[in-house]
Amino acid sequence: MTETIVTFEKVRKEYDESTVLKEVSFQLEKGKFYTLLGPSGCGKTTILNLIAGFTEATVGNVLIDGKKVNEIPAHKRKVNTVFQDYALFPHMNVFDNVAFGLRMKKTPKAEIKTKVEEALGMVRLKEFANRSIVGMSGGQKQRVAIARALVNEPEVLLLDEPLSALDLKLRTDMQYELSELQKRLGITFLFVTHDQEEALAMSDEIFVMQDGAIVQKGTPNDIYDEPLNRYVAEFIGESNIVEGHMVSDYRVAFAGYEFDCIDGGIPSSETIDVIIRPEDLEITSADKGKFVAKVDTQLFRGVHYEIILYDQEGNEWMVHSTKKAKEGSTVGIDFDGASIHVMRKNESEADFYKRLDTYTEILEG
Amino acid sequence: MNKKSTQSTMLFPYVLWLALFVFAPLLLLIYQSLLNIDGQFTIENIVTYFTSATYITMTIQSFIFAGFITAVTLLVSYPAAYVLTRTEHKELWRMLLILPTWINILLKAYAFIGILSQSGPVNEFLETIGIGHQQILFTNFSFILVATYIELPFMMMPIMNAINEIDPSLIKASHDLGANEWETLRNIIIPLSMNGVRSGIQAVFIPSLSLFMLTRLIGGNRVITLGTAIEQHFLVTQNWGMGSTIGIVLVVLMFIVMKLTNNTPTRKRGGR
Repeated sequence: MTETIVTFEKVRKEYDESTVLKEVSFQLEKGKFYTLLGPSGCGKTTILNLIAGFTEATVGNVLIDGKKVNEIPAHKRKVNTVFQDYALFPHMNVFDNVAFGLRMKKTPKAEIKTKVEEALGMVRLKEFANRSIVGMSGGQKQRVAIARALVNEPEVLLLDEPLSALDLKLRTDMQYELSELQKRLGITFLFVTHDQEEALAMSDEIFVMQDGAIVQKGTPNDIYDEPLNRYVAEFIGESNIVEGHMVSDYRVAFAGYEFDCIDGGIPSSETIDVIIRPEDLEITSADKGKFVAKVDTQLFRGVHYEIILYDQEGNEWMVHSTKKAKEGSTVGIDFDGASIHVMRKNESEADFYKRLDTYTEILEG
Repeated sequence: MNKKSTQSTMLFPYVLWLALFVFAPLLLLIYQSLLNIDGQFTIENIVTYFTSATYITMTIQSFIFAGFITAVTLLVSYPAAYVLTRTEHKELWRMLLILPTWINILLKAYAFIGILSQSGPVNEFLETIGIGHQQILFTNFSFILVATYIELPFMMMPIMNAINEIDPSLIKASHDLGANEWETLRNIIIPLSMNGVRSGIQAVFIPSLSLFMLTRLIGGNRVITLGTAIEQHFLVTQNWGMGSTIGIVLVVLMFIVMKLTNNTPTRKRGGR
């Protein structure tokens, strides 16, 4: 059913003295859209380079299609890359750029013509074939770069922050186009970005990275709703994170009160981080809320108001609400117990998912 | 002082320089070329130049030699520049390339006389391995060898710079699309470093047209270039008019070569 296309076995990469990748292991399945998400310097581009063959692993194995490729040079791998700065050949026109890979493979002329036209049609640039690269806009160059990679029918397409140079509107458009293309072609995409919105919008699975290691793997929903720790939670979306402690299973204390929650399996009175997403909080009157807080500031964000409040313990809370609040007033904050997510400090990903499985199932079942 | 007057003050030395050392000599050259050996106004010099078999042969010979020197330097420089840009100590190699250009050309020429002469180390070596003494100095071969040696850095520097300026991600992209080292060199690196090759050709070909010190010291006056002819007319035959005419021909030739090498060739279809 699902086939593994790329495997990393305890891959370690060192440059001179510094370690950029620490024993990373993962598998990519055929036909899925993966995203490596993390700040710059976290090693995500190194993973890309290892798969493309631009750099070699210091320790460990990289497998593509079940074959070890550590020693296979880039030009012999069935993997193509869309580069951050597009890397289009300035001395060739659009057609020749796209045809480059096929020409290197000594594809017959007639076939090249058909395939290139098809690839250009895919990115809606059919009538641009004879245009020079030089005068093209960022979005058009981006499309040429995608066509140039896809025309080779790679098993894996690597995308190195390809949208970061585009303006917001174009970036959103390209997100739709990319995920549509990926679904249509069924090619495995590995997308690298530091933009969490991009990652959430397009991916089947996200790998969140920190300091040369993968911190958490999961679907966008998993990672958004159940971040492993403070780092992941802060990286993915806006969040309220406060310190508290466990009272017992399914009972947590923070902001001076005790609340029911859906997390368990943590020793009681252990200090934990509690996260509640701003859109899960609701502002009501002071007597109806689960706790009270004072409205500090609010910003109009278009779709919603972003309201900042402080509770009696001095914790800052951010609420996304469609209703306006009055600055300086004391209000109640209400929420559903299920929207509380408890994170243990220094819990490993494996332990986290194991605990999650046992304890959330009990509650749901 | 406002910006404009500051600018013109700063520009003054350059304008003065241009006037004294570029325009004045050019005008003098044109004026001289219109005088015959007796100091009368005439166009006979230019007529002589284009009708005399000697001058035409000499011009063609200059072109052939300059072309040959340029071709040899290019053939040596390009692969060397390509390899050097990929080495770890690029800056050191570049420095070693520049160093010889700081030494006076005459000194280098005399050094070669020593090396290539009858009793020089090259002939001694040939003697030892049983080939025996050869006449190396004062041959076309030695002229081209030394000229190539002297011109090499001027060809190599612009090529190295041009290769260096190629975005490394383009080379990555080429490998990514299935091109090996050789295919990448041919399809990406060479076309994208043509600018460097062009400036290299300009920097070597044009001066090579008028090399005269080397023709005498190394070529033993067997090779006569336009440069030699000018020198002879001014210093030996004292026919300044003819010397100036050849000078003007040389200037015109330089402009033609510059024009030819400056024009970016029309965008060719890439690939094969």
